[in-house]
Amino acid sequence: MELDRIVITGLGLTAPNGNNLEEFRANLLAGIGHVQSIEMRYMGQVPAGVCNFDPKQYQSRKELRVGTRAGSIAIYCAHEAIKHSGLDFEGFDKSRIGVYVGTTEHGNVETENEVYNISQFNYDVRYWTHHHNPRTVANNPAGEITINTGITGPHYTIGAACAAGNAGLIQAVQMLRLGEVDFALAGGVSESIQTFGIFAGFKSQGALAEHADPNKASRPFDKSRNGIVVSEGGAIYCLERLSDAQARGATILGEIAGYRINSDASDYVLPNPERQAECMRQALTSAGMEPSDIDIVNTHATSTPQGDIQEIKAVAEVFGECPNTYVNNTKSYIGHAMGAAGALELAGNLPSFQDNFIHPTINIDELDPECALPNLVVNKPLKVDAVKVIFNNSFGMLGINSALIVKKFES
Amino acid sequence: MTEDQVKQIVIDIINEIAPDEDTGDIKHEVALREQMDLDSMDFLDIVMELRKQHGIEVPEADYPELASLQSCADYLTPKFNAK
Repeated sequence: MELDRIVITGLGLTAPNGNNLEEFRANLLAGIGHVQSIEMRYMGQVPAGVCNFDPKQYQSRKELRVGTRAGSIAIYCAHEAIKHSGLDFEGFDKSRIGVYVGTTEHGNVETENEVYNISQFNYDVRYWTHHHNPRTVANNPAGEITINTGITGPHYTIGAACAAGNAGLIQAVQMLRLGEVDFALAGGVSESIQTFGIFAGFKSQGALAEHADPNKASRPFDKSRNGIVVSEGGAIYCLERLSDAQARGATILGEIAGYRINSDASDYVLPNPERQAECMRQALTSAGMEPSDIDIVNTHATSTPQGDIQEIKAVAEVFGECPNTYVNNTKSYIGHAMGAAGALELAGNLPSFQDNFIHPTINIDELDPECALPNLVVNKPLKVDAVKVIFNNSFGMLGINSALIVKKFES
Repeated sequence: MTEDQVKQIVIDIINEIAPDEDTGDIKHEVALREQMDLDSMDFLDIVMELRKQHGIEVPEADYPELASLQSCADYLTPKFNAK
């Protein structure tokens, strides 16, 4: 069966170092990240990636008061994406638009806030807000997009730990191919910096980054790396069937060439390089590509001592014999944007199709010999003859692996 | 506490929970929902803020008493003065 070709026609994002693709990309090429120290309830100062977009651009003050941070991020990104796509949104049948938002987790923030709130009232649950449940239902960030924009097609979130950004995009591809929708808003969001539980959990696990300079805290592949910087952020894409995009004369930013999600089936936390490599190979098969067809492998590496080595092992196994396949990482700039990570990291690489630069992984003072792939792009951008295919890895807890392949559009 | 003071308390709460609304020329006898974009969740917010900020309880059966600014004052003033 011939599957519809699915293309990217718009993109909206917010990252700690940029509130649109141009700004984000410019900072990635200039080696400018942004991580800051924030005060975390019960914990004190922790490094975190904080976004500074203006939520009032697309939301009323009442919406902001009632909704969630994840909802605000999703709404901002969705509006920016629609604008970027050039779609006649007002004239488009809203019942044919689907919203598929990846999240690592949702609801921790709002529940923690309410527990803290009632602690101020001697734990009297009469003071527990009636907003708690609509804020914490798992579909909240996607649902807030529909309420804000008037989209009446399907909406839900895809819970896929830190593989969620890729998973949101993959869900949209499938729904477009099934004919369930004609236009999809898809990607991932994260509000995780609002919850002490995520930070405390990583700390208890020995996986929370520490560094005197917050901007040095996230340093995948550096020998002295010591853990994850938790960040907020979002990236929402517009996806369409190629025929629809061409019919309306849309600018095509890239084409989904293939993907794969699989499971380690081995551990709650520890990655499994064998299954990761299998995921990558199966993604290549779905795209009908060989490893040497890939120009950029954007790694998931989160700056944990073990996880980075495991992923490098898997990448080396699949791409080790490819002299023209380069490897980079985006978390070194912005930390780990959790549910948004995969979608944001892909976004940061998409402009390579036009500028033929590969952004580096930064913050490497001493490259860990166990992570020293020969084609790792370190600390400064690399100019190549052409970038035609990007391979985006995103992995998550409970052993969920995802790989998404996007190619430069050629009719 | 006077009725005017109670009305001001209610207006202050509305300003908090519905910050986009203009409460400057609110009509006292007209239902709040007819003048402003307030939904049932907002009325629950008003009840919650009366509880949190002023220790005033409004049982569910009495929610209709909060329909207009005047009915709020009629209903709440004795409660404030009984504290």
